[in-house]
Amino acid sequence: MDNSNSPLKSESTDNSKSASKGISKSRKCQTVELSALEKSLINLLQHGLPVCERPFAQIAEEVSSTEQAVIECLKNLRSEKVLTRFGPMFDAASLGGAFTLAAIAVPEEDFDFVTEQVNSFEQIAHNYRRDHDFNMWFVIATEAADEIEQVVKAIECKTGLKVLNVPKLKEFYVGLYLPV
Amino acid sequence: MSTVTQEHLTKENLTEQERQYILLTQNGIPIIEKPYHAIAEQMNLSVEQVLTLTKSMQERGIIRRIAAVPNHYKLGYQYNGMTVWDIDDAQAEKLGDAVGRLPFVSHCYLRPRFLPEWNYNLFAMVHGKTPESIAEYRGQIKELLKEILVTRNHDTGQNSITKSNDMLTSTAILKKTGLRLKQ
Repeated sequence: MDNSNSPLKSESTDNSKSASKGISKSRKCQTVELSALEKSLINLLQHGLPVCERPFAQIAEEVSSTEQAVIECLKNLRSEKVLTRFGPMFDAASLGGAFTLAAIAVPEEDFDFVTEQVNSFEQIAHNYRRDHDFNMWFVIATEAADEIEQVVKAIECKTGLKVLNVPKLKEFYVGLYLPV
Repeated sequence: MSTVTQEHLTKENLTEQERQYILLTQNGIPIIEKPYHAIAEQMNLSVEQVLTLTKSMQERGIIRRIAAVPNHYKLGYQYNGMTVWDIDDAQAEKLGDAVGRLPFVSHCYLRPRFLPEWNYNLFAMVHGKTPESIAEYRGQIKELLKEILVTRNHDTGQNSITKSNDMLTSTAILKKTGLRLKQ
């Protein structure tokens, strides 16, 4: 099958393989194939990078590689967007402001229109369609805590639909480990 | 009265130096031999000061960890499910903690119920490579929670069956923006 039209092709045609001989792309979806070093680094670094002067040298020892190879490999994973972020994960609340998760049960025929209405609020950070009567789930992020309620009211007013507002009461765990 | 409390960390708890650190690193740190030296240079600090600052912010929970965040889809994790559970409030903290420890759970929170339309108080997000895998993860969570799932059907009509748990899978991303500290 001809995959010359694959959108992935345009991302990188030649420079990735020479660097770490990893990341060859499957044609069916966005999934990438990874080298052994890439896999070890992805698994290890989801848990965290040591806080020291030369963290990649320390990581290299753990994966039986060299500091330079680790750096090259990570740069490549970053530029290929296999890693979407590399750095400190800040607690969102400490960046200031308030957050809540909210949902609306949107009538199917109005879904696109209501999506536009809800997304038009700059305080909507994420919005997902989900398969439930409450079929629209979004995160509201505001600078001040009392602004959350105002945004909820404004969304209700604009859409004519009731908003289910379920802020977190207690957090048990936030972090994702996706082994490869 | 709420049985749970939430610690509030706010912008006001940050020193000017910490604010500067966040602004410099919230989009990532450089992937070079000495990344903290680069940050130190930009902040006019010594590398020791930057390492101390980093560790201090980590200890106080401002930094959760310094880590790599992979693109789920590129690693083959194409499926996610928001599992939701109606569990006994008295045991919610203890069992919520146990659910949060499961390796395939990425976020786990207690949230308020709004009866009758929303009876679930525990949320746990799961990720997997196949629809079967996330169904299996849901089953594992259910195994942990089966003793404390709430039954609410005693006095309701036959037509309204309130489920004790559900899994909402995402069928489309409608909006996604990053959360950032503003200048």
